[in-house]
Amino acid sequence: MTENAPIVRFEHVSVRFPSALANDDVSLAIRRGEAFALVGENGAGKTTLMNVLYGLVRPALGTVIIKGEKISQRHDPMRAIAMGVGMVHQHFKLVPSFTVAQNIALGSEPVKNLVFYDQKRLNREVLALSKRFGLPVNPGDVVDDLSVGLQQRVEILKALHRGADILVLDEPTAVLSPAETDELFEVLRSIVREQSMTVILITHKLHEVMQFSDRVGVMKQGRLVGIVNTSETDEKQLAAMMVGRELLFRDLRAGEPSDREVLTISGLRAMDDRGLEAVKGIDLKLHAGEIVGVCGVEGNGQTELTECIMGIRPQTGGTVTLNGRNISRLKPREIRGMGVSFIPSDRMRTGLSAEATVMENMLVGKQRQTEFRRFGVQFRKRRATSYAKALSEQFDVRSGGVDLPMKSLSGGNMQKAIIAREFSFDTPVLIINQPTRGVDIGAIEFIHEKILQKRAAGCAILLVSADLDELFRLSDRLVTLYEGRLTGSFVNGEITRQEISYYMTGGRQEVRA
Amino acid sequence: MSDVFNLLLLQNTLRTATPVVLCALGCLMTERVGIMNIGVEGMMLMGAFFAVLGSYLYGSWVMGIVFVIVLGILLGLFYYLFSIKFRSDEFVIGVAINILAGGLTVFLLRTLFGVKGSFSGPGIVPLPTLHFTWLESIPVLGTILSGNTLLVYVSWVLVILCWLLLYKTPLGFHLRASGEAPEALRAAGKNPDRMKMLASVLCGIMASLSGAHLSLGYLTMFSENMSASRGFVAVACVIFGGGNPPRVFLAALLFGFIDALGLRMQKYIPADITAMAPYVVTVVMMVVVVLMKRRKKRQPQEGR
Repeated sequence: MTENAPIVRFEHVSVRFPSALANDDVSLAIRRGEAFALVGENGAGKTTLMNVLYGLVRPALGTVIIKGEKISQRHDPMRAIAMGVGMVHQHFKLVPSFTVAQNIALGSEPVKNLVFYDQKRLNREVLALSKRFGLPVNPGDVVDDLSVGLQQRVEILKALHRGADILVLDEPTAVLSPAETDELFEVLRSIVREQSMTVILITHKLHEVMQFSDRVGVMKQGRLVGIVNTSETDEKQLAAMMVGRELLFRDLRAGEPSDREVLTISGLRAMDDRGLEAVKGIDLKLHAGEIVGVCGVEGNGQTELTECIMGIRPQTGGTVTLNGRNISRLKPREIRGMGVSFIPSDRMRTGLSAEATVMENMLVGKQRQTEFRRFGVQFRKRRATSYAKALSEQFDVRSGGVDLPMKSLSGGNMQKAIIAREFSFDTPVLIINQPTRGVDIGAIEFIHEKILQKRAAGCAILLVSADLDELFRLSDRLVTLYEGRLTGSFVNGEITRQEISYYMTGGRQEVRA
Repeated sequence: MSDVFNLLLLQNTLRTATPVVLCALGCLMTERVGIMNIGVEGMMLMGAFFAVLGSYLYGSWVMGIVFVIVLGILLGLFYYLFSIKFRSDEFVIGVAINILAGGLTVFLLRTLFGVKGSFSGPGIVPLPTLHFTWLESIPVLGTILSGNTLLVYVSWVLVILCWLLLYKTPLGFHLRASGEAPEALRAAGKNPDRMKMLASVLCGIMASLSGAHLSLGYLTMFSENMSASRGFVAVACVIFGGGNPPRVFLAALLFGFIDALGLRMQKYIPADITAMAPYVVTVVMMVVVVLMKRRKKRQPQEGR
């Protein structure tokens, strides 16, 4: 086989799901030893296409040729592995109580004395493997004790252990810190270069595509809309291909924040659900017309901080002051009534009721208003419905009807529904946690514009996100949160990603922001 | 009180603990593959009946054991079929087995033996008692450890075998993985359902054997509802022992000790009260488990 002969060829692959055509006549050739990126919005069919390769999904039409060999009618993960395909899923498939080595060898454990598992031999094998590919691990560590980044490394080693030379990674960076992401890409690049592996990366983050790939395939609504060499394209062009139109990303950050302090947090402390201190004395000021972005790897106290401000989680110390009034001891409803709205990070559990209708979800918080009550008791359903319809239109919430259950909406539309509800309170303070997680790029643009409109209207906004792009695009000020403490405070534009990453992962500089 | 606290108490402890040990080992197997089989109570009761039946029909304890093992395999497959294969609720199926066992044994007792309440007689051949001369020469240990019936020793061997299986063999890894992370096992090309079937059958066999110890070892008779909730105690022991065979064994021994102690205290305390003791201990054990878990949760986890 020549250097550039395709190692994997998809030929007119179509996959039909009950609700839609997930892949529509996709033909794609991937070359041996290249770093290939597959991008597209959520639901564009990237993962489905790779699941066909890995034998998790069977195509309705078309076929796949791996190393010159057609996949069989009964293609499954076992066969895919035997043909050298390894896949690292978005959700790790690891046994938490097993060691690194036991996880890597699961299903093909070495045996001694006929029945017993040979731990020494396995640990040796794993060490050799980890050295060869430059992925250091300690074979005896229990997986449950490892960081997410290390767990991912175990997943990659698992695929390599089974002899994979085609490695597929499905959104591998969603769970990683920026530093871990850089490290991962470095390792993957070196595997491609030195071991002539073929690596396929599924992602919707465009800067990752630019950082990692040789070539990139763009998918949209099940179709492959283009393949380009990474060196000959840029993020803007790729985004346009993904969405099918030019994205604007206008800079709406017109005007400077005022000096008027709206929300003041001082010495705030709180526990997490396990009873450990998660917020360890935070000082933070929010001004009118200002967006303060909280950077941090997830699980460093972000959720606890926002819940504390909203009165959902009891404070164990410190105060929260709104326009000079202490709101630390108030109930969530009272805090909302004083002018704070909240978009929680977990939309399915905290943000919405999945079983309730779109209308009910959008009305929550206003159901007591006389506008929706006749004689103060009877619920005026028709009026509520038309209100929900109007709000849906305003915030581009696409549903099959406002009387359908919330769970029938896509993730992006659910998120827009929450934003519609919270923004409609017209409060001077907004606490926003992960506004665009799992939302596709078109909706992200929309949500960002809405947030910036609120800023222009003079709101004080606390924005928590795991997405640095988002924070850099929207924030006036950036603060870094690490293990429940603020480790840095910066004016946006005066700091780089690398510097921020350093503070996000523990680089110290105790601050009062 | 020296008539209560003596060597015989320890010997009785081993005997009363044995059905719980066997049953708990069975239950543990299903617990490790992610199902809580509360049907072990009924499996024990049916085991007790079919042990007597086999022994009586063929005049041989060996046939009693053969009957029980066949029964155990069938019960295990039944449980697997409904709770795993057909995705029914594991607790409902467990309860169904328990109710079935209560009714079926009473029905068979009447139709096959024509008696009510209990069946005993010289036709039932009990399990042999094993004496180890080398062991009996050791003063205290000999009295306690030697001279027990067959299944007592089998249960000890099974504790070790179960532990070896779960922690030292690839098969055991697959069993545990099928309960803890079935998707991981599936991705490794193994079928987690097959592991669950194996565990379910092993559970059926061991739970039924625990019944055989009741009716052919501990006593030589079958009586209605003779399992007396020992199956449920076994479930509690599995939770108390955290799914680890040696620890589950110790939990069962604790139960056996309380049970034996209660029996011997009847001289001083009304029997109805002493009969409660094992179950009170079970409740206390469960509270301890919850408290321990809570404390563990609070410990800061390093390196996360």
